[in-house]
Amino acid sequence: MIDITTLIMTILSASTPLLFAALGELMAERAGVLNLGVEGMMITGALAGFAAAHATGNPLLGFVAAALAGAAISMIFGVLTQFLLTNQVATGLALTLFGLGLTALFGKPYEGVKAPSMAAGPLGLHWIIWLGLLMVPLSWWFLNRTRGGLILRGIGENHDAAHALGHKVRLVRLAAVAFGGAMAGIGGAYISIATVLQWTEGMTAGAGWIALALVVFSGWRAFGVMAGAWLFGGVTVMQLRLQAAGVNLPVQLLAMAPYLATIIALVVISARRRGSAAPGSLGRIFHTTN
Amino acid sequence: MWQLEPRSDSPLIWQFATPVLAVVATMLTGALLFGLMGYDPVAAIRTIFWDPLFGASASYSRPQLLVKAGPLILIACGLAVGFRAGIWNIGAEGQYIMGGITGAAVALAAYPAEGWWILPAMIVAGAFGGWVWGMIPAMLRNWFGASEILVSLMLVYVAEKVAAWMAFGPMRNPEGFGMPGSRNLAQYPSASNPELISGTGIHWGVVAAALAVIGVWILMSRHIRGLQIRAAGQAPRAARFAGVRPSALVAFCLGLSGALAGMAGLFEVAGPAGQITDSFGSGYGFTAIIVAFLGRLHPVGIVLGGLLMALTYIGGDIAQMILQLPFATVQVFQGMMLFYLLGFDLLTRYRIRRRVAA
Repeated sequence: MIDITTLIMTILSASTPLLFAALGELMAERAGVLNLGVEGMMITGALAGFAAAHATGNPLLGFVAAALAGAAISMIFGVLTQFLLTNQVATGLALTLFGLGLTALFGKPYEGVKAPSMAAGPLGLHWIIWLGLLMVPLSWWFLNRTRGGLILRGIGENHDAAHALGHKVRLVRLAAVAFGGAMAGIGGAYISIATVLQWTEGMTAGAGWIALALVVFSGWRAFGVMAGAWLFGGVTVMQLRLQAAGVNLPVQLLAMAPYLATIIALVVISARRRGSAAPGSLGRIFHTTN
Repeated sequence: MWQLEPRSDSPLIWQFATPVLAVVATMLTGALLFGLMGYDPVAAIRTIFWDPLFGASASYSRPQLLVKAGPLILIACGLAVGFRAGIWNIGAEGQYIMGGITGAAVALAAYPAEGWWILPAMIVAGAFGGWVWGMIPAMLRNWFGASEILVSLMLVYVAEKVAAWMAFGPMRNPEGFGMPGSRNLAQYPSASNPELISGTGIHWGVVAAALAVIGVWILMSRHIRGLQIRAAGQAPRAARFAGVRPSALVAFCLGLSGALAGMAGLFEVAGPAGQITDSFGSGYGFTAIIVAFLGRLHPVGIVLGGLLMALTYIGGDIAQMILQLPFATVQVFQGMMLFYLLGFDLLTRYRIRRRVAA
């Protein structure tokens, strides 16, 4: 018999990196910025967090460092897209390639090193899991119930109109991208500090891309992101359990499950919505001559 | 204050100058990075960008230039066509892996038969495998509106798992003493993709890349489909009124780039790589994206971009051997070059004017 409590705890744990990264990307996309650099920011957070936790012996400081590193590297993307008016798809992709390379370069000394352990939070769940769960209603509240959220959404829907009203389009977008970077950084660090407990090159293994798909899946809504993250956490856990149970299928085929599930979810959601829920200015370059 | 004014044309001089500027800026930043890491910056940059061409062991490394550039150019040619139309195939790496697998499957099925037809059949199979893998995101976008960016990317991870499964399962070499990995095709004469002119690095993949460059150039400048692709990229609505069917373009672009990436994978498995292993995907599919941009999505530019990227690979190898520089620096360089290129591109699209005080 499967222990339901353990199952829920494992699913929550598996969904946490996706939840953080996708909530951060949600904020950026609601502001009208499509940042395909999530994977690069996550892996940067995974390494920076691991290094800081290892150096200080304090995992919580690791998460702080991961958030800062994620936000810092996201600013390359932010400045390029907002001030040098570069194509967001290409720039985001460059950020991912750059992040993967940079972490491979600076991560070498940390290979084979163990992360410091951290006491579990309430109900035996990691503190970061709780923080992630808290971020869902907070994000919802910010987007839908505050003036700042209204401005951010307005900029995402129609940047020219928002600009005409006197809102600082580029600064708000820069802040949203930085927030996205910080959240992706924490998500990445959760993998290296809290679950795998070590650093390996490319260890985020596509979680950043799945997070991007989750934002589409959610219909650009915070609670939708949470539901999606749990669904994918569930698929990941299921896949690992089937592997452990020695199901008569090659391990490599089982390991495809999260990626295939992402594709299926994208297809189902896209077929139903036809992309109408996407912010109106998503991915468009903002430029004004005055 | 300065302000940006959109240009109506993009001056030829800046189109040529920005990639050069990007490379120079990358070298300078790279030198700074090496300095901070405690290496001799000048020696490092010289080892990566100069020694492979003119250094002591250049006679060995120069042919490697074409070996590495071949697949990059082949893949980038296909990607550039799609990028021109605003169709983002980010999953060339997956199409490359699948092409390698389907192409190798033909050879492994034929083993140990010998015949002139085996390599051509493998090339067709490789292109077909890549084409199929590219058509999945195309069809899902056309039928359901699913983002081709995310679907093609997810399929990279799926393809990596397929390669691992093949290496450990169906394609494992029965005479390999239980080691993962397929038979080495480079040692199977009818299936191997050898060096054609000794000492040059030219193999069939390089020939295919040259043909692809010419083909894409003709397509984009002389063929109605190329006109449609450029129109769709610049003014999608206008293109639709002019009778361009977007779904047909999506299928064409993803199919073409998939087939070319698949062929690149086949030439690699039959030549330099030799076998399907769980790490068959070597990142060429991602580097080719940089090559496409460095080449300004133009076939001739892509040749230069491919050669430059190949240079960083080979230079990185040498720097790893001689200076103990981690190989990951190459990846950092490639990412940085793309950043700089995208940033400097501002100069081709906008004019920088001093704002006159009112």
